[in-house]
Amino acid sequence: MKLTICWLYGDTMNIYGDRGNVLALAQRARWRGIEAEITTLGVGQALDPDAVDIYFWGGGQDREQIPVSSDIQGEKGTVLRQSLEDGAPMLAVCGGYQLLGTHYHPYGEAKLPGIGFFDAWSEAGPERFIGNVVVDSDRFGSLVGFENHSGLTYLGPTAEALGRVRIGRGNNGKDGQEGCVRNNAVGCYLHGALLPKNPAVTDFLIQAALQRRYDIQELEPLADDLEVIAHAEAIRRAEVTR
Amino acid sequence: MGDFRLGLAIAAGKMSALSIRRLGRGGGTALPGVVSNALDHDILDKLAARVPGGCVVVAGTNGKTTTSRILAEILERSGLGVIHNRSGSNLVRGITAAFTEQVSLSGVPSGQIAVIETDEAALPEIVRRTKPRLIVLLNLFRDQLDRYGELDSIARSWKETLNTLDPSQTILINADDPTLAAISEDSPARRLSFGFAECQYTLDHLPHAADSAICRRCGASLVYDELYLSHLGDYHCEQCGYQRPALDYGAREIQLHGLDSGELTLGIGDDALHLDASLPGLYNLYNVAGAAATALTLGMPSWVVQAAIGEFKAAFGRIERVEIENRHLVLVLIKNPTGFNEVLRTLAMSEMVDPVMIVINDLDADGRDVSWLWDVDAEHLAEVEAPLSTAGIRSGDMAVRLKYAGIPESRITPLGDLDTALDRFVESVPEGRTAFILPTYTAMLRLRELLHKRGVVEMFWET
Repeated sequence: MKLTICWLYGDTMNIYGDRGNVLALAQRARWRGIEAEITTLGVGQALDPDAVDIYFWGGGQDREQIPVSSDIQGEKGTVLRQSLEDGAPMLAVCGGYQLLGTHYHPYGEAKLPGIGFFDAWSEAGPERFIGNVVVDSDRFGSLVGFENHSGLTYLGPTAEALGRVRIGRGNNGKDGQEGCVRNNAVGCYLHGALLPKNPAVTDFLIQAALQRRYDIQELEPLADDLEVIAHAEAIRRAEVTR
Repeated sequence: MGDFRLGLAIAAGKMSALSIRRLGRGGGTALPGVVSNALDHDILDKLAARVPGGCVVVAGTNGKTTTSRILAEILERSGLGVIHNRSGSNLVRGITAAFTEQVSLSGVPSGQIAVIETDEAALPEIVRRTKPRLIVLLNLFRDQLDRYGELDSIARSWKETLNTLDPSQTILINADDPTLAAISEDSPARRLSFGFAECQYTLDHLPHAADSAICRRCGASLVYDELYLSHLGDYHCEQCGYQRPALDYGAREIQLHGLDSGELTLGIGDDALHLDASLPGLYNLYNVAGAAATALTLGMPSWVVQAAIGEFKAAFGRIERVEIENRHLVLVLIKNPTGFNEVLRTLAMSEMVDPVMIVINDLDADGRDVSWLWDVDAEHLAEVEAPLSTAGIRSGDMAVRLKYAGIPESRITPLGDLDTALDRFVESVPEGRTAFILPTYTAMLRLRELLHKRGVVEMFWET
């Protein structure tokens, strides 16, 4: 068995330890005896959705987000959106999360169109949200991470949030929500990196990929002693730092 | 003199430094600067202007403390009195405090030249206020992004600052860093450069922690003919023809000797200067080359440069050896992905098997977001047999990082809180053996306190 993890724009949108998410997906597959290959797809490269089992899309500095937004207009964006509609698993963090919505509007500049998969849109905010975050999610239980964004994301009426913010600011600092989930795609502002300390999300993405490719329903459990320690430590840290 | 306000500010700053030390509240490195700056807002400008030999500013993400200390050592050996923020307190208030302490009450500087180690974000203000004759730029890496915002904004603010200089001022850059080469291009100041002209230690590809693989002139990807450390190397752009500037001070014959020392030859022909340094790793050889190039630019005799570097001991916390309960501890400060990578690369290259404890805190000075641990190539440690412990506020995060680097869980021990972890770690080391402790900045400060309580080391401000 083999899973291919596609790191969208991994050559330029790679910040705040995004690599930890890709490593977590690959390692937790390998520890179950599943071969894992990591590929990156850059600007100007065509997307073959049949060759991808799990997508990861990270954040970037503004300089790097503009060419990416143009790259997903037209054929490539349509293919990516259809793949997610069909149930392909994805984790998108920060910049990638924003571009899964309809658009991101930077301050004083033209809107950057996204692929419109999430019923959500984002705009530059006046303040930067920085700090430890704890989110309560119906699907995944407690989630821990670190937010660092000035973009504000608003969910439309058909969108489902990833969870409620217990500690931190979340999507926009107002409605108490963080992230967005649709089909098997998860978008959020949680760095940390997210997946190593929240193995429930990692295993959800791997499980969805195995089901699609191999029709496997059950995922072999792993010993998560260190992950549990780090998760609990992050909750304690969030409690005392915010 | 007759500057009453300045005199008052100096006196108040000196008194607050003294009283802080009497109270035993740390080194008193920044508060005196706050006090004296409040009494005279121009105090730093005035004092800097009074230094007869002018000011040298040293900035960069990695190596600024080591480089400025080597430089100060060379200048002192040349017979100059040096005003220097030696404690590494490198924000405006810390630098102001250092000047306040090193002038007489009437405002006469105690030295002929100033060496100012400067924080990346503070560089524009420090340059504006001290009008340095020489600015040394070592490198620009991703470091504690939650404090600074994005790396691009630092590069932009540096470029703006460099563009305000005049031709009487000099910039000395590490030309192996493409960002520094690009942002210094349009400055009216004289520009000199140092770098590695030849080096046998190369990387096959950019490490994950590396940032600027993009040509800042045209936006295309840079091609590296040689890559030495993070994004430092000999590079060119296939699209616009941009390339590494010619080196005024090129290092050759570079040799690393494990965790002990390294050597290089700076320049060629009759001017070639061979330098032996008791500092490990390529990153330190960049510091050595940078400090030597600075001293030579200032006209210091080459034999003094050679002797000072040969006898230089690592700055506080960078590499330090202590004895505790008949064990040898080697303490190595880690503060960002690139520094951490190079420490791990040096450990892996020396094939060491001694126990290692990594101590990660997430206070302001460490970077509150521990995401950076994932940009570190912890995979280097999978190649060595050493038992690995983690400690500190983010002990768990580091343990998970090691696990996902492919290190078996049986080799990873999360010890948690440093206060208790230190004793457990020391006990786990067989008597007579060596062990390594790799702490982040505030973890290092706590570690020094704990060791001090056990009577092991002197506090750093006493040296």
